[in-house]
Amino acid sequence: MPTMDDFLRLRNIHKSFVGVYALKGVDFSLRSGEIHCLIGENGSGKSTLIKIISGVQPADSGEIWVSGTRVTRATTSEMIRAGIQVIYQDLSLLPNLTVAENIAFAELVKARRAMVHWPKIREIARAAIARIGVNLDLDAVVGELPVGLQQMVAICRALTGELKLLVLDEPTASLTKGEIDNLIKVVRDMQSRGITIMFISHKLNEVLAIADRVTVLRDGQMVGTIDRSELTNDRLIEMMAGKVLKQTRFTYADGHRKKLLEVSHLTKANNFADISFDLYEGEILGIAGLIGSGRTELALALFGIAPADSGTIKVGGVERSIESVQDAVAAGFAYVPENRLTEGLVLKHSVGENLVAAIIRQLVSPVRLIDEKRRDNTIAEWIRSLSIRVAYPEVAVQTLSGGNQQRVVIGKWLATKPKILILDGPTIGIDVAAKSSIHQIVRDLAAQGTGVILISDEMSEVVTNSNRLLLMRAGRIRAEIESATVTDTDVQAMVEAAA
Amino acid sequence: MKRLLKYNEFYLAVLVVVLCICITAANPAFLTPENILSFLKTASVNGIMAVGVLFVLIVGGQPDVSFTAIAQVVEYAVVLATLRWGGNIAIALVGACILGGLMGSLNGFVIHYFRVTTIIVTIATLNLYFGLLYVFTGGNVIFVVPSMFKHFATLPIFPMHGANGSTYDFSAMTLMWFAALLLGWFILKRTYLGRSIFAVGGNEVAAQRLGINTLWVRVFVFSFVGVLSGIAAIAHTSIVLSAIPNIIVGHEMEVIAAVVLGGASLFGGKGTIIGTFLGVLLFAILQNGLVLLNFSSYWYDVTVGLAITIGMTVSSYQQLRVRRSRVNVKVEQVAVS
Repeated sequence: MPTMDDFLRLRNIHKSFVGVYALKGVDFSLRSGEIHCLIGENGSGKSTLIKIISGVQPADSGEIWVSGTRVTRATTSEMIRAGIQVIYQDLSLLPNLTVAENIAFAELVKARRAMVHWPKIREIARAAIARIGVNLDLDAVVGELPVGLQQMVAICRALTGELKLLVLDEPTASLTKGEIDNLIKVVRDMQSRGITIMFISHKLNEVLAIADRVTVLRDGQMVGTIDRSELTNDRLIEMMAGKVLKQTRFTYADGHRKKLLEVSHLTKANNFADISFDLYEGEILGIAGLIGSGRTELALALFGIAPADSGTIKVGGVERSIESVQDAVAAGFAYVPENRLTEGLVLKHSVGENLVAAIIRQLVSPVRLIDEKRRDNTIAEWIRSLSIRVAYPEVAVQTLSGGNQQRVVIGKWLATKPKILILDGPTIGIDVAAKSSIHQIVRDLAAQGTGVILISDEMSEVVTNSNRLLLMRAGRIRAEIESATVTDTDVQAMVEAAA
Repeated sequence: MKRLLKYNEFYLAVLVVVLCICITAANPAFLTPENILSFLKTASVNGIMAVGVLFVLIVGGQPDVSFTAIAQVVEYAVVLATLRWGGNIAIALVGACILGGLMGSLNGFVIHYFRVTTIIVTIATLNLYFGLLYVFTGGNVIFVVPSMFKHFATLPIFPMHGANGSTYDFSAMTLMWFAALLLGWFILKRTYLGRSIFAVGGNEVAAQRLGINTLWVRVFVFSFVGVLSGIAAIAHTSIVLSAIPNIIVGHEMEVIAAVVLGGASLFGGKGTIIGTFLGVLLFAILQNGLVLLNFSSYWYDVTVGLAITIGMTVSSYQQLRVRRSRVNVKVEQVAVS
């Protein structure tokens, strides 16, 4: 029997889609007023669990108890009436309408009135905004607001009813540090009013910071729930991956290697200023910084997507003018972008087509037609050497897992035999186990003499996989340190330190 | 003042005023009450349909192209029916609304249940309705229509006297146009249904998650444009006093262009009644201006094209400026020694 303390209790939940089970025998409980984090890899069943809790999907079997009473028909309206609201990652806002309308719309729908009374809408919106004390302009168009404020609008909307449980699905994915702090403040405030909060996140450092309890899902099953007192990063990783993943540090075989890249006083208005650094063969140079520090902007300038205003870039001692991507590629750069789905891959094309996309011009016969045999051999070679798990190369790349997709992007660029490989957030949204194998690919690459620049906002990734580290904040390099001398918590503190 | 500059409609209004000034300078007959009332009358057909097209653009961004065919069919049907069975203008209007609404609703149902895009479905119904019209009528022009239409067209509304003693008045068609504009404004701004239309156009998934019934919203929108097309058909018959099977069809692009120029977004979720009014007005003024300035009416299409190009360029430029002004990185200023 569920205890009096539990606001929500799921027992023995099963759910499958077309023969594939998404959740198997899941027992899950939420204590009233706690901040509970749910973590799990892609495919662990997190989203399905959320949909069952919010009533969007019915479970195949199992029981749902809310505040001690069994819920017989879990529909969306039923769960909303029980005080459960979900804010999805896409926020489900109406971007063309104002803040006031977005906040009050849910109430409008419930009231079922034919006419709209604008003063009432403003009143509802004002009341919700006052409950969390955030500064929102009622007449601002939601689509034009920064993501952090949009999220506040979504939270206000959830507050217009009787809110008992708020589920936040990956809320910090695109927030700046300031916005994340604000969100945490709002969440704690709601907790103090007795609202239970469920956070789904894969950012372990955030989970460690605010969770009262953490539940780990893996392959549709509950691995366990641990209390704050037993929370450690390693424990979480072990539960998520199912095995202990040893995190070794990257070591750089020094010894007067050739200088590959010399950047001097690179500046771009409103992007970054006075950036200078060197990169040697075989190094992995990490760049750590939060969103808004200019780190991605720097990468875009080096790769010719958004060229710098002034400053010099010397590759192998020769000064190069980088005004376009073609210049950058000719100079020996390669760039694996942050948004692999929109900027790194042509999703509907096959794995093979994506792999040779950058070098297709070289795979031609003397008559300038594509040499299919050479192309197919090249594709097979890369699939093999990068261990890309795919049935055959003609498969559309969008069907691959995140980790495999990233291998395709990396493969595409490695095929150009770059001197300098820039990786921006290379393991975002990739399973913990797949992450370390991608890190291994990068390390092997460095060992062969390529210079690697690794940009990431996951401090543990950038600290364990680089030999040298540049800290960026507000568009400038703040410090250059030997990675071996710091831990990820040190670095986290350093990039967050107030200006 | 600065807030006004944000609005597309403001630039459009300025353009209209400038155009009026230029045309009047070349031919003072433009700014006379008779002339103004005259082109307002002829513009009413497009104007009424434009209100419906606005609704379609708001709900989904893609235009409906079948509304002219609906108008054409309704025109023919009403004329034939009144020739056969008599009746009065009120019955004709009601019949037009019902027939137009039904024909339009078909679009709504097909788009929802078969999940086909608006433009494809309406191209299909355009051809379907138009083709069937020809099949059943042989494409014959009806030269004599019941006198009720003539009476309707010449209803004295706010009669006024001209300088040389002639009388002229507001036509009933212009009033119907203004009524359609008012109705459109009311629905969009003051009803839950209207806000739902915006919601579906802004983010359909979110709208569904909120509990909005997207089927009925779509069916309403397409029925509404059908009803308005029916009313426009009556207006058209009253003006030309004949039923010509291929005269309304062919103007779809013009009406859509007027609505888009008025600020409706092709991505959905955006558009205003006043913008739609100004858009239609602009094209009406252009056409009238060409006549008064003795230009060949073939220039009309050229001017329409120019108007659209300039309009789109201005609105694109505006959006680009907004995007560029968003600063992504606040670079810290350090004192350089």
